[in-house]
Amino acid sequence: MATVDLKDVKKIYAGGVEAVKGVSIAIPDKALCVLVGPSGCGKSTLLRMIAGLESISAGTVSIDGKVVNAIGPTERDIAMVFQNYALYPHMKVYDNMAYGLRNRGTPKDEIDKRVRETAKTLELSALLDRRPRELSGGQRQRVAMGRAIVRNPKVFLFDEPLSNLDAKLRGQMRVEIKNLQRALGVTSVYVTHDQLEAMTLADQLVVMNAGLVEQIGDPLDIYEKPASTFVASFIGAPPMNLLALTRGGAGRMPAGSPEEMAAVGHGSAAGSTALASAAPMLTDGSVVPFAPQAAATLGFRPEDADVTHGAEAPGGALAIPAAVEAVEPVGAESFLYCAAAGTRIIVRVHGRATARPGDQLRVVVRAEKLHWFDQAGKRVG
Amino acid sequence: MTESYPLRTFIGHAVLILGILIVAFPIYYTFVASTHSLQTILRPPLPLLPGDRFVENYSEALFGGVGRIGGVSVGTLLFNTTVMALGIALGKICISILSAYAIVFFRFPLRMTFFWLIFITLMLPVEVRILPTYKVMVDFGLIDTYAGLIIPIIASATATLLFRQFFLTIPGELVEAARVDGAGPFRFFKDILLPLSKTNIAALFVILFIYGWTQYLWPLLVTNRNDMNTIVIALRKMISFADADTEWHLVMVTCMLAIVPPILVVVLMQRWFVRGLVDTEK
Ligand SMILES: Nc1ncnc2c1ncn2[C@@H]1O[C@H](COP(=O)(O)OP(=O)(O)OP(=O)(O)O)[C@@H](O)[C@H]1O
Ligand SMILES: [Mg+2]
Repeated sequence: MATVDLKDVKKIYAGGVEAVKGVSIAIPDKALCVLVGPSGCGKSTLLRMIAGLESISAGTVSIDGKVVNAIGPTERDIAMVFQNYALYPHMKVYDNMAYGLRNRGTPKDEIDKRVRETAKTLELSALLDRRPRELSGGQRQRVAMGRAIVRNPKVFLFDEPLSNLDAKLRGQMRVEIKNLQRALGVTSVYVTHDQLEAMTLADQLVVMNAGLVEQIGDPLDIYEKPASTFVASFIGAPPMNLLALTRGGAGRMPAGSPEEMAAVGHGSAAGSTALASAAPMLTDGSVVPFAPQAAATLGFRPEDADVTHGAEAPGGALAIPAAVEAVEPVGAESFLYCAAAGTRIIVRVHGRATARPGDQLRVVVRAEKLHWFDQAGKRVG
Repeated sequence: MTESYPLRTFIGHAVLILGILIVAFPIYYTFVASTHSLQTILRPPLPLLPGDRFVENYSEALFGGVGRIGGVSVGTLLFNTTVMALGIALGKICISILSAYAIVFFRFPLRMTFFWLIFITLMLPVEVRILPTYKVMVDFGLIDTYAGLIIPIIASATATLLFRQFFLTIPGELVEAARVDGAGPFRFFKDILLPLSKTNIAALFVILFIYGWTQYLWPLLVTNRNDMNTIVIALRKMISFADADTEWHLVMVTCMLAIVPPILVVVLMQRWFVRGLVDTEK
C-alpha cells in the first residue's frame, strides 16, 4: 500500500553523536525490509526516524511518495511494534488494541469489529479481557502485533520484536510474522541484530555498520556475494572464514615437501621455482593461486570447505594445511575448528566428523567458492 | 514464618501489644474524659472507665456550640477543616502532577531552571515566607476565607518531585507507543499517565490530607473570625490559662472528633495507600 524512500538520511544527536551517516534505501510496496547490523550501528535510530519519533538531521524520508520529514508519527499512518512491547499496563487487551482506533475517531462498532477480527487472526480472542501483566511473553508479543495490525496502517515498523522470546517461540513467531505480513501486504521495516531472523524474513535485506549501509539486496544474493568483509563475517553462521594475504615479501617457497606443494594448489606439477615472488601468500607463507590482482583478503564459507587427510589435492582447488583444534558435532553436521595461516578457520562437514583434535590435515576449497576482498575490505570480482 | 514457634509468637505479640497500649492509652484516656462532666474532670483522680455523659457532651459540642470560641459548634469547625484539608490535598496533587508532567515529558527552554526553582522552594517552608504571604492575603482580601486558608500552601515541591520520580520510571517506549497510537499530550495524560499514577495519587492524598488537617501556624494567622477557625486552632482557643475557665469535657470531645476524619481517610484509602507505597503497576 505504500513505498518507503530514504534519501541520504542522517541523524546527529544533540550530544554530537552521528548515529546515521547518510543512508539511502528504497523499499518497494508490500516488501519486508530487514535492517540488520551489530549493536549501536544506528538501526533503531533509522527506524525511529521513519516512525517520526526522532527528528531527521538531513535527507528526506518519504512514505507513499510524500516527504514526511515534518509530520508527526500519528499523521504518518505507521504502526510500530516495540522491543518491550510497550503495552498499556492498565488497559485490557481489547482496549490496548482499540486505543489507536479510538484516538482516530473510528466509530465504536467498526472498532469492535476490527479488534475482534484481528484478535481472531492472532488467536487472542480468549484473552481480550486480560491485562498485559496477566499474559505470557509470547501473548504480549501477539497483542503488540495486534495493536499494530488493527489500525491497518500504511507501514509496519518492528524494532527487535522477538528478542525477548525464547528460541523456540522466536522461530514460530518469525514464521507467523512473515505469513501475516505477506497476507496483509503491508510494507514493513524490521530491525534485528539476529542474522538468521534477517535472512529468513527479508524480501530486502539491508546490512548496516557504523551508521552506514554496507549492502542492500536479496538475502541470498548477499549471502552468496557479500560486498565487503564486514558483510561476509556478519551474515552467515558460523561466519565466513577470512584469511589475510600478503605479497612481495620473501615468502617461504614450497621446497618440495608434499604438503606445502599441495598448498600451492596446482599439485606438484607446478614448478616450485616458477612461482613469482610477488604472488599472494597466506601469513604462513604458502602461496595462494587464483588470487585477483587487488585481493588482500581471501574468504570462504565453512560449508564450502572440505578436509582431506591425503597428500593429493584436487585440481582447481585451494588446499590450506591446518591443525584441528576442536570438533563440535551438532547432529546433522559437525564443525571443525582449525588453526591455519595464523588464524582460526571453521569447516562444516556433513554428519559425523572423522577428524580428531590434533590431526594435521588440509582444508580444501574449490576456486569458484573463494571470495576476494581488497585492502579496504570491498569485494573484488 | 508459617511454622509455629510458641515462644517467638508470644514475644512478638507481647511487644506489639505493649506498643499499642503505649500509643493507645492517651487516646483512650481522652475518650474517657470526654464522657464525664466538667466537675468530674476537675476533681481528680479521673476515673479509668467511661462516664455516662457521652450523648450530652458530644451533642453539646457538635450542635450546641462552645462558649469560649464564641458559641461556634464543633460541626462548623470540622466542616472548615475538611474543606481546608481537602483543598490542600487535592490542590497540591493537581498542581504537582501537572508540573511534573511538564518537566518530564516536554522539552522547553529553561526546563531545568524551573525544575531547580521548584526544588529550591523545598527549603522555603511557609514559616519563612509568612510575612509577605500574609501581606498578599490581606491585600487580596482573603483573610477569613477558605481561599486564604488553602492557596498559600497549595504548591508542593515534594509532591512534584515524587511525581517526577514516578514519571521517570515510565518507559519511553510507552510514551512513543501512545504517540504512534495518535494520543496527543492531553489524551496521553488522561488515558495513560493518570491511570498509572492512581496508586501514587492515593498514597499522596492520604499524606497530604493529614498534613492539611494538622496545619497550625497558617490558619492561626489567616483566620480571625471564630466561625472560620479550623479545629486545631479552635482547640487551642478553647483552653484558658485558668483551669476553671476551660470546658475540659468539650475540649476532650473536640480532640476525639478531630482525630476521626484523618483515621477515616487512612482506613478508607488503606488498600490504595499500601499499594501505592509498596508496588507500582507497570
Ligand atoms: N538519544 C540519543 N542521544 C545520543 N546518542 C544516541 C541516542 N540514541 C542512540 N544514540 C547513539 O546512536 C548510536 C546508534 O544507536 P541505535 O539505538 O540506533 O543502535 P542500534 O543499531 O539500534 O543498536 P541495538 O542493536 O543495540 O539496538 C549509538 O552509538 C547510540 O549510542
Ligand atoms: Mg536498537
